[in-house]
Amino acid sequence: MAQLLAGGTAVREPGLLQIAGLIAARELRLAVRHWDQVAQPLIFFVVVTTLFPLAISPSLRELRNISPGVVWVAAMLASLLSLESLFRPDVEDGTIEQWALSGQPLPLMLLSKTVTHWLLAGLPLVIMAPVVGTALGMPMSVWPVLAGSLALGTGCLSLLGGIGAALTVAVRRGSVLLALLVLPLEMPVLIFGARAVDLAMHGEAVAGPLNLLAAVLLLCLALAPFAMSAAMRISIE
Amino acid sequence: MWLWFYKLASPPYAYAVAGKLRPWLLWSAIALMIVAAYGGLVIAPPDYQQKDAFRIIYVHVPAATMSLSVYVVLAVAAGIGVIWRIKLAHAVAAACAPIGAWFTVLALATGSIWGKPMWGTWWEWDPRLTSELIQLFLYLGYMALRSSFDDTQRADRASAILAIVGVVNVPVVKYSVIWWNSLHQGPSISKLGAPSITSDMLWPLLTMMLAFMLYFAAVLCDRIRSEILKRERNASWLSSVMSTRGAEA
Repeated sequence: MAQLLAGGTAVREPGLLQIAGLIAARELRLAVRHWDQVAQPLIFFVVVTTLFPLAISPSLRELRNISPGVVWVAAMLASLLSLESLFRPDVEDGTIEQWALSGQPLPLMLLSKTVTHWLLAGLPLVIMAPVVGTALGMPMSVWPVLAGSLALGTGCLSLLGGIGAALTVAVRRGSVLLALLVLPLEMPVLIFGARAVDLAMHGEAVAGPLNLLAAVLLLCLALAPFAMSAAMRISIE
Repeated sequence: MWLWFYKLASPPYAYAVAGKLRPWLLWSAIALMIVAAYGGLVIAPPDYQQKDAFRIIYVHVPAATMSLSVYVVLAVAAGIGVIWRIKLAHAVAAACAPIGAWFTVLALATGSIWGKPMWGTWWEWDPRLTSELIQLFLYLGYMALRSSFDDTQRADRASAILAIVGVVNVPVVKYSVIWWNSLHQGPSISKLGAPSITSDMLWPLLTMMLAFMLYFAAVLCDRIRSEILKRERNASWLSSVMSTRGAEA
């Protein structure tokens, strides 16, 4: 009965998938209207990788040895940079408070927001990485492993980072704190990811680290939404 | 059955209990440390390969073990605080963090002092060392998050979530020796069946571990008491405790 409006039309409670879809659509629409902000982490990624040849040596032979690590560290920093905008604008204008009050599952809503965020911040890095890698002397045969490890890895980074972002969103000047909290948690991801690319460059089997990355991703996917929502409820109270 | 648990969660009771336990824990820790140091430095034979340099394990191994177990204590206390909303559990978690961070620093420092003659470098980017360093960063992050909130209750709950998330890292640290097959020697005490260390070397180590645990408990009692003082500074029970003590003195 509560679902009947005054006019008598039945209003269906939105299903879980519908909620996730609505949030994803909203995020994508916002991103299209501010596409320049979305591009910033990607530009940062390219700029940071440019620093390494300048600092170390322009010789491709030397750069090739460190290229897996360089690409991975740059991707990690770019993902960290993009986390700053994951929740902050929506917490400041009260959107997330409305979500928390709406009676719909907050973990699902935040998960949907984070996944969309990954589409906008993580996926461009995955697509850009082979180009950057080649510029650092990576052979073309490594591309699938590089893109695959980054696809799994940036997902982990977005989810782990989402927990940190939710914790620090109410803190003044929280971005340094965010880095301090999130980077130690993300280090295993970096280890597995860079190792997979390194193994691929030496022509060895890469299934081991990739499987571990996938396991970390599944673990994050299962648990991070609940940690994010608990943290968010503390931040917005 | 749970009565003692609820009783312990009340700050006045916990304040009194921690005060009573502290001297017992501290003195037994000191006594055991002296015994273990004598056993480790005098009685134990020199290692056939490392000579006397191995003796630093009597500080290194207990400190490294404590750096992990203190974190587990911290996370469990934080979890109890979140689930049952017990403020004292949060105080315990807050008290654990600096102690654990110092144990981690001690483990890293002794490890690097030992590494210089043995491996020839102060620092080796070995996964085991690195994950111990990550452990230190986790402690630092936890303390940084806690200090960035003005409101103690929000700081409690926010840092509790971080502690619980971070506890995932402890098994990674623990099993990294096996996963990465590194320079750091594998565990030699807990090998089932035959430990690869003689009993003359082993008993001082185990005694020292116990002494470190007792020492941790003693320092924890101290820190819990000061946390309680800080949090309950406006409570009436505290002023009555203080005034009776003033009358005694």
